[in-house]
Amino acid sequence: MDRKPMPGMMVYNLKLGMWVFLLSEVMFFTSLIGSYVILRYAHPEHWTDPGVILNVNLTAGNTFLLICSSVTMVKAFAAIQQGDLKGLQRWLLATILIGATFVGVQVYEYIALMGEGFVPMLDSYHAVGRGNPHEGPSLGGPLYGATFYAMTGFHGAHVTIGVLCLIFVYVRALNGAYTAEHLEGVEVIGLYWHFVDLVWILLFTIVYLI
Amino acid sequence: MTTTTATETHAGPAEHHELGFIRTYIFSTDHKMIARQFLFSALMFLLLGGLLAVMIRWQLGFPGRPLPAFVRWIFPDTMAPGGIILPEFYNSLVTMHATFMVFFALMPLMAGVFGNLLIPLQIGAEDMAFPRINMISFWIMPVAGFIMLASFFVEGGAAGAGWTSYAPLSASGEWTGVYMGQILWLISLIVLGFSSILGAVNYVSTVINMRAPGMTWFRIPLATWSLFVTAWLLLLAIPILTGGLILLLFDQTIGTAFFRTEGSGEPLLWQHIFWFFGHPEVYILILPAMGFTSEVIACRSRKPIFGYHSMVYAMVAIGFLGWVVWGHHMFQSGMNPLLGMTFVVTTVVIAVPSAIKTFNWMGTLWRGNIHMDTPLLHAVAFVALFIIGGLSGIFMASAPVDIYIHDTYFIVAHLHYVLVGGSLFGIFAGIVFWYPKMFGRMMNEGLGKVHFFLSFLFYNMAFFPMHNLGVQGMMRRIYDPNQYEFLQGLQPLNTFISYSVFLFAATQIIFAFNFLWSLRNGKVAGNNPWKSSTLLWQTPSPPPHGNFPEMPIVYRGPYEYSHPDHEEDFWPQNAPPATSEAGGQFAPAPNPEPVPGD
Amino acid sequence: MNFFWRTGIVLAGMFTVVIALWVKAGPSWLDLSWVMPDNVVSTYGPTLDNAWLVILWITGIVFVATEITLLVFLVKYRHKEGRKADYIEGSNKAEVVWTAVPFVIVVSLAFWSKGIWDEIRDPSLFPANAYTINMMATQFEWNAIYAGADGAFDTSDDFVSRNVLHIPVAQPVVVQLMAQDVIHSFFLPEFRVKQDAVPGMITPVWFEATQTGEFTMACAELCGLGHYTMGGTVIVHSQTDFQDWLAEQQAAAGDD
Repeated sequence: MDRKPMPGMMVYNLKLGMWVFLLSEVMFFTSLIGSYVILRYAHPEHWTDPGVILNVNLTAGNTFLLICSSVTMVKAFAAIQQGDLKGLQRWLLATILIGATFVGVQVYEYIALMGEGFVPMLDSYHAVGRGNPHEGPSLGGPLYGATFYAMTGFHGAHVTIGVLCLIFVYVRALNGAYTAEHLEGVEVIGLYWHFVDLVWILLFTIVYLI
Repeated sequence: MTTTTATETHAGPAEHHELGFIRTYIFSTDHKMIARQFLFSALMFLLLGGLLAVMIRWQLGFPGRPLPAFVRWIFPDTMAPGGIILPEFYNSLVTMHATFMVFFALMPLMAGVFGNLLIPLQIGAEDMAFPRINMISFWIMPVAGFIMLASFFVEGGAAGAGWTSYAPLSASGEWTGVYMGQILWLISLIVLGFSSILGAVNYVSTVINMRAPGMTWFRIPLATWSLFVTAWLLLLAIPILTGGLILLLFDQTIGTAFFRTEGSGEPLLWQHIFWFFGHPEVYILILPAMGFTSEVIACRSRKPIFGYHSMVYAMVAIGFLGWVVWGHHMFQSGMNPLLGMTFVVTTVVIAVPSAIKTFNWMGTLWRGNIHMDTPLLHAVAFVALFIIGGLSGIFMASAPVDIYIHDTYFIVAHLHYVLVGGSLFGIFAGIVFWYPKMFGRMMNEGLGKVHFFLSFLFYNMAFFPMHNLGVQGMMRRIYDPNQYEFLQGLQPLNTFISYSVFLFAATQIIFAFNFLWSLRNGKVAGNNPWKSSTLLWQTPSPPPHGNFPEMPIVYRGPYEYSHPDHEEDFWPQNAPPATSEAGGQFAPAPNPEPVPGD
Repeated sequence: MNFFWRTGIVLAGMFTVVIALWVKAGPSWLDLSWVMPDNVVSTYGPTLDNAWLVILWITGIVFVATEITLLVFLVKYRHKEGRKADYIEGSNKAEVVWTAVPFVIVVSLAFWSKGIWDEIRDPSLFPANAYTINMMATQFEWNAIYAGADGAFDTSDDFVSRNVLHIPVAQPVVVQLMAQDVIHSFFLPEFRVKQDAVPGMITPVWFEATQTGEFTMACAELCGLGHYTMGGTVIVHSQTDFQDWLAEQQAAAGDD
């Protein structure tokens, strides 16, 4: 006798689980972004106009890259939906490389910013702004640095974890673990990756453009 | 990665290879074993939290008196030189008592133990949706617990800024003399949060996707409903805390100033973050106990729960409203008074669903056939004591009235009435009621009753007078109230409370003995010793791997007790209806379809 | 032994234990008072005490009614041989009643609270002629800062009173609360005053004394290891005595 559970949300467990987990991630970023909003509202003098300290253009390019990686992720999933294992592998690899590049650019940016005195710590904050001499006046305040690194840093950590998971999925794909009937692992890492991308679009807007 | 789909069937028990000792008892993915692991760990932490409370009461009952010789040697001079508790150690005691109780005892007991034990069995599933994640969710707890315990042994001692860890006191060691201890406290809770989040993902997914055929939403037993709502609260509230803890950790370690005023940080921001988590947290701590109470009262009164639908809606309402009341912890904080007023309105409204539930429990007892065994006694005590805790909350819900009683022992009385009178008695009800299912044996009924009556007596002797201490103005977290002339007259009452707490603590030895002794010597339980109608009791005690020989089919609600059409006074959810039965939607068909509109 | 005898013996035993410990510890029955202490010395204190009493009555009646009902149900509907429970699933009417009635009661309480809260907390409703004192809370003392003869703060004639707050009777006083290091809470029990002092913020709190005398000042927010020592005194002078005291302090400050 073939008994089936109640249909519930009509999606398989792993996908439901990933959606539910992503809701908790929304709350985590809400905590960080909410803190930023409150601190900025209370102490606007700690912030500068966009682009004075942060490199908006470079990060805009980086944002474009991350969006591209979501496209490659979609392509990867579409490939395996058609049973195209080779396509899956190729597009996964593209996603991994773009994702890793995103993280790399962020790391480069962090190093540059810290060199210019834009740090999260209270005592050593002395951000002079892009292109200004090191001895110049300090622009903005430490809350700017602290919230910047907290929000983008944890986002970057999530991207890094995503890249590692993608590598895991890629290795499994190389071993032929996925087929058109058996592609849940690809779908859920895709969900996570798109989420990470969406969070970045929000972060980029509020951190770099406002 | 697991790719379990909703339709995957499970091989029967006979087809499973024998798992070794490690896979069975240490790294198990079976929800019932994980429940047991949580149970033993949480009870150990409950004991620790209780001992810390005893020490607090030693100081308050006999200020400055050295601890008795047989324990004095445990404490180094940094904590209690010559056995006399130091003020800084006292601050750590109040902090760590609450921390261990909330995070390492109550939460694991509610969600870890009963979430794991009850959900699959009550909905007719073979295990959780993600058994391996379930295992990880457990193992995070001892790791976090170890970190928290270690904080007692570092220089400067354990965290001493209260379990609420208000900044700036908690943001820098210069204000407390506690450095590493506070950092370890933060790290431990950040780590522990993952256990709750992963567990919540599991519970939500399991309840949504793995209910047996016929188990519609309004046939789910209230214990599972309560755990489902609780899981949503955990899922959404814990990450908020995690974010705040991380920012505070940065203030402590790398020198940011999110909450430190030197750098224009905002102390009130910490309070908002903490209580935005903190208020849903207290509903996390009480909702499952409400679920257990419903199960036990219905079963032992041999009567359907009165107003089942209302009970569900009330829990969901509590779940929603719990998000918009957090500011009532901050009425006197210096926050905008207008904001305070909004929280008064939301806070009084949240009293209503709790009142609804209380009346429904009473309605269940009314005209019932009440078997006064140990679980029922604890469940009724839950109702009686929750009434007191809830009513005392009305005083503090009014912001002006809260002016006087905020940060006094009136608050301490309130919180202990809901958390001990409520949650702990609810947990006792749950443990005694579900012990047979976990271990295959009954706990001893005589010892159970003695434990109950003595606990009930000593508990009220200890905590009821705390309302009066608060009315007289005694503040919280005060090492020596006698420094204030207006409090000196309260010493005898404090001493009386301390005696009562010691007796309450000692009474728990009876419970511990009963628990351990019955593991081997309790009466063998059989499938359904309480004659309950939920699916959980329609399988052996303890259930085999996979829980049910085949997936059950559900034909009716969970509280069909003393049904007029049925001879026995309980009617299991999966007992097939007689074919001539009127209104039977689920004629036993080979492939039952889900109910339309589910 | 039947149910009532067994219950009676258990209750008697419990009663004995309670009495024995009560005697040993030595509290008086007055310690169990549920009403606010008698000695309220501020203008709005009695309003708060009255609000307390109203809530006490309402919750008290509900408490007695529900607990007695619970007990009666336990006794009346306890299992007896041959009993069967009545199969009752619920009552929509009951649900409506016991939702609506509590809702009305609690929402009324909320709106009643608003008036009292605004009177005490709304800065735009603070009494106009209030005498202002700055209060800097630190680990672990209260520093009351007076403006001095020029009436302005942060000038050279300001003077500080450590742990003793001097105020005049029958005159509204505004204390501007500040904190040097961590959060403290300014608690005057007899005045029914409490307000947190938060570093980085200036939080005003007002009150008016109705009696002269010496009263308690306490800290009500955990502020470190000396939290329990952070007590002080409020001395309420007659208005003339207060002026004398001010003059004395100003003269002493002028000598520095």
